[in-house]
Amino acid sequence: MTDKILLAHGSGSKLSHDLLEKILLPPINNPILSRMDDSAVFQLSGRLAFTTDSYVVNPIFFPGGDIGRLAVCGTVNDLSMSGAVPMYLSLSLIIEEGLEMEALKKIIISIKETADEAHVQIVTGDTKVVNHGKADKLFINTAGIGVVREDLNISGSNARAGDKIILSGGIGEHGIAVMSQREGLKFSVPVSSDCAPLNTLVVEMLSASRYIHCMRDPTRGGLAAILNEFTKQSNVGIRIDEDRIPVHDGIRGACELLGLDPLYIANEGKLVAVVAPGDAQKVLAAMKNNRYAKQAAIIGEVTDQHRGRVVMKTRIGSSRIVDMPAGEILPRIC
Amino acid sequence: MRFIDEFRNADLARKLSHKIANISTRPARLMEFCGGHTVAIMRNGIRQMLPPTVEMLSGPGCPVCVTANSDIDKAISLAKMPGVIITTFGDMLKVPGSDSSLQQARAEGCDIRIVYSTQDAIKIARDNPQQSVVFIGIGFETTAPTLAAAISQAEKENIKNFHTLCLLKLTPPAMKALLELGEIKLNGIICPGHVSAIIGTQPYEPFARDHGVACVVSGFEPIDILQAIEMLLEQIESGNPHVEIAYTRGVKPEGNIKALELMQSTFDIRGAVWRGLGTIPLSGLMLKDRYSRFDADRVFKIEPVPVKEARGCICGEILRGIKTPPACRLFRKACTPENPIGPCMVSSEGSCAAYYQYGDFND
Repeated sequence: MTDKILLAHGSGSKLSHDLLEKILLPPINNPILSRMDDSAVFQLSGRLAFTTDSYVVNPIFFPGGDIGRLAVCGTVNDLSMSGAVPMYLSLSLIIEEGLEMEALKKIIISIKETADEAHVQIVTGDTKVVNHGKADKLFINTAGIGVVREDLNISGSNARAGDKIILSGGIGEHGIAVMSQREGLKFSVPVSSDCAPLNTLVVEMLSASRYIHCMRDPTRGGLAAILNEFTKQSNVGIRIDEDRIPVHDGIRGACELLGLDPLYIANEGKLVAVVAPGDAQKVLAAMKNNRYAKQAAIIGEVTDQHRGRVVMKTRIGSSRIVDMPAGEILPRIC
Repeated sequence: MRFIDEFRNADLARKLSHKIANISTRPARLMEFCGGHTVAIMRNGIRQMLPPTVEMLSGPGCPVCVTANSDIDKAISLAKMPGVIITTFGDMLKVPGSDSSLQQARAEGCDIRIVYSTQDAIKIARDNPQQSVVFIGIGFETTAPTLAAAISQAEKENIKNFHTLCLLKLTPPAMKALLELGEIKLNGIICPGHVSAIIGTQPYEPFARDHGVACVVSGFEPIDILQAIEMLLEQIESGNPHVEIAYTRGVKPEGNIKALELMQSTFDIRGAVWRGLGTIPLSGLMLKDRYSRFDADRVFKIEPVPVKEARGCICGEILRGIKTPPACRLFRKACTPENPIGPCMVSSEGSCAAYYQYGDFND
């Protein structure tokens, strides 16, 4: 094997075959994948959820994760947010010529470990290699399929006045970790991505209550974006309390320094649930038992006032509107 | 977190808010000069904690916002020159010039890189000896010492391909111009925290003495700002305007002598064009003649292009404090942070962006 990916690795030649047999397949193999037919064939019954996402994070390794872990978690989490139990994933790699073979190996192993943790199987895939400069090291697309219980109806349009809003933990970790890695920023408190599969957490939440009305993972656009989406889709208002939103010290410090607002920073291992008021404590208690939601908190509630708007009680006791994120996140200059 | 949590204490905020309401017996019009203060005021909902007698206006203290169209055009012309790498703080990228923006120039293939400090720009110059690296030097007295340090470093290391388009501006002359314009009658100014850490408080003395305007230097946390407002009102109510520091943990009356000396040895003071305010005498910095080889204005032949201002944009009036963003008919409609028409919508510290992001219950 060469120590770098060459264009020929994507040509369908012996080299492609070697790459598949030696690097890509061994870690993630399973009976469905190993048939090596043009498509994966399997049995599933009931209501299905189906999603896809592409991953282009730069850098491909960052504190707390890498593009492989992200590609599995992102799709697993999207399925989970509809209440689905994720079952099978596809995996497509678009590799820039020149990528270190070692890097690719590490990422495939990371994919395997994350898939194992999330109890999903990679059942089909594809690899393309493009010329240097036509991609940035590695892009990944995953699609996923999962099964949804018949009695569930989770949607951004189901929030009702009185519902409680539960956040599963500290916000801003993924965005700040990637940014600090990219820009070579070092903080005294290490900052690491929260990238994690949330399907087990969701199963535990759903066994505590079936009255989870909305659920979403606050990725790009952060907490502010999804709360605003809920208010628009459900035609309700949302009130949150700044004091109750968990933000770890390292993230707060980094945000202060860079002039960023953690409400708008991306997460990859957090979820927000809108839960019927009577069940909120039960759901919260179930969440706190999960390793990825120990800091879960009720951060606010749904109201029939100020429809379409998220209003936050600030730490000093005043209120302000939390709008959709606007534009790129750029650091302050003075 | 130390130095942060105690300045966001809800009890203290409530007490200060009550105290302000008790002191205030007559209308008082205050201006926060600095964009950082505008954002902090909006983000913390401070206006709602003030009695109706206290009116808050935002001033021209955002360096991106006050950059003139002609200067943006210059930066774009430089970017289009072969062999030039432009390095800039991110906020400058989207600011519309007469016909284009740096962001658009980048999309058209110009080499424009976002940096976080002048040190990053120096590094790019060191790594690309065959190309000319131009740093777009915007900012106030807070940024000036870092640019001065970069120039002195480039000289020491003999980095020949580092240049700056020096657009640095000075705060007190702009305040003076605003007061002398007389369009708005101010009773008090919340003086900028970081700028004052450099220049100290002496430059504000004439505003209190000659214009009867109360001046208090404030930090950027909500308690800082409420305390500064309280101190301003005490001065206004007692008819005794003078200069005070509320931000004592950051600002000394004499400022930062070392930074001031570095600035003095690197820059000459000149007139500068401010968006909304026009040319203000002695309000800008340029490199001294002995550093002319680092001055992009003098090294490159930049052809002037006819300057066009965006139609309907009232950024100028907003920067002078005579209008607020919701009064602009483009605000939230044609002009948004994704598609900014005026610079006050671009910078995270611009008034329009702050109003857009943090909303106003009354708009």
